[in-house]
Amino acid sequence: MENAHGHVFKYGDNVDTDVIIPARYLADSDPAALSKHCMEDLDEHFAGRVKEGDIITAGKNFGCGSSREHAPIAIKASGVSAVIAHSFARIFYRNAINIGLPIIECPEAAESINDGDEVGIDFGTGVITDFTTGKSFRGQSFPDFMQRLIDAGGLVSFVNSK
Amino acid sequence: MGMTMTEKILAAHTGLDRVSAGQLIEADLDLVLGNDITSPVAINVMKNFSKDGVFDREKIALVPDHFVPNKDIKSAENCSIVREFAKKHDITNYFEVGEMGIEHALLPEKGLTLPGQVIIGADSHTCTYGALGAFSTGVGSTDMAAGMSTGKAWFKVPGAIKVVLTGSFKGKVSGKDLILHLIGMIGVDGALYRSLEFTGPGVSSLSMDDRFTVANMAIECGAKNGIFPVDEKTQEYLEIHAKGKEYKVFLPDPDAEYEEVIDIDLSALKPTVSFPHLPSNTRVVEELNEKIRIDQVVIGSCTNGRLSDLRSAAEVLKGRHVAKGVRLIVIPATQSIYLQALREGLIETFIEAGGVVSTPTCGPCLGGYMGVLSAGERCVSTTNRNFIGRMGDKTSEIYLASPATAAASAAAGYITEAE
Repeated sequence: MENAHGHVFKYGDNVDTDVIIPARYLADSDPAALSKHCMEDLDEHFAGRVKEGDIITAGKNFGCGSSREHAPIAIKASGVSAVIAHSFARIFYRNAINIGLPIIECPEAAESINDGDEVGIDFGTGVITDFTTGKSFRGQSFPDFMQRLIDAGGLVSFVNSK
Repeated sequence: MGMTMTEKILAAHTGLDRVSAGQLIEADLDLVLGNDITSPVAINVMKNFSKDGVFDREKIALVPDHFVPNKDIKSAENCSIVREFAKKHDITNYFEVGEMGIEHALLPEKGLTLPGQVIIGADSHTCTYGALGAFSTGVGSTDMAAGMSTGKAWFKVPGAIKVVLTGSFKGKVSGKDLILHLIGMIGVDGALYRSLEFTGPGVSSLSMDDRFTVANMAIECGAKNGIFPVDEKTQEYLEIHAKGKEYKVFLPDPDAEYEEVIDIDLSALKPTVSFPHLPSNTRVVEELNEKIRIDQVVIGSCTNGRLSDLRSAAEVLKGRHVAKGVRLIVIPATQSIYLQALREGLIETFIEAGGVVSTPTCGPCLGGYMGVLSAGERCVSTTNRNFIGRMGDKTSEIYLASPATAAASAAAGYITEAE
């Protein structure tokens, strides 16, 4: 998997799927259309400011609420290269792995990295580097089965490979 | 060491004698469901599978319910995609307008969700069927697609929290107050990745509708599933709704391992409301020391749109009128609930009280239509989430409550409990 490098958008605990992509936009499932409204009710400037490669960091229970896959799809289509959080809600966690949006559980990084910092992630080693502060962190590694799913590029390729 | 209910069901669907928390497994599915928001995405994903077709046309349920009857052209197009797919694959359980209802109320009513089953649904409230002793959990559209294609899904066997219930409800307390109380105790991630197993002598006092409400909101504290043991009430329910269908009952071993045990005395619970903007932000209604004025009340949803919910609300509103300036919207969850409510005079009560009654839909719960809120408006709702912007403008406020509390608040014009 390619490594990630970009600037950080930092959010708090319990960022729910209703703010990641409000239901009023769910009648359309086109990734590009969804990305225009990504994070809109939490941060109206996100869609305008996010650049290819940028990284979201958040606190506990990121992606709680609805099962809408439109949420990780909207984040991925925004150009975000990875989400680092203290913890993820379980359906969002599954969905992100299934569609190939890189996610990393790392409470220390989620806490320490500041909004706007320049951060790089080496997916091979799980090392997260904050170039702005010079600190580095190691995210939790995935169980073997999930890593194989991630390496396959998501659930569709994984099912097809069997 | 013994197994929990969830572990036993998952082991039986994996062909293993035993499984334990943390283990990654691939389980056989008894039912895969989706709605008009999530199914079109899944149907699109299915085009990428090398194998064509569905694993079993009788084990898939497609229920357009979120924006149905169609709210706009895009939602109409989504429903067309689902309708065409159902036709192409001859899906037995596709429910068209006129026979549909909110999926998590409809499928148990049709006898399609049974004890001991493994069920996945592309809707987070799929955990509802745990009320019947099934392992059921919400997933996304890609998992739904893989489930429809292969009849299998991967799971990490969840650790469990044992919730021991004692006593029985006093006064106008219901399953909604119980689950809001629990979420308030442990927080919106208090059961993250884990199973909530309800047990104890208090379970037998809970009606099936109460159990559906409780299991439905297990996701609101992050749980993978919520599950109740099968007892006489479950069997009576199945006798009516799933007559002649075979099912297997899994009860927890006495030495099953739980990561945490929570005791709740049902007789000590009081009408409870979740304040904006998290379901865990709970308060006991009688302890509110200010009058919180409201603009709208919604009674319905997969959480509280069942017959006993409507009866409870109608009992409070009988002979009364909603307060001036309050809009009351009542949404029976299924056609059969609607018809029974009509026969019992409940619909008449709501209309005479100044409320409106809608055809079954998820509509306002997720800010879709049929009751979207404008800036700064306040709504008491029997639904399941009060996140920022969930029902409309991001400055609107949602207060989650039971049908009795919602009805009493509609009549008073401010948040209050039923007498």
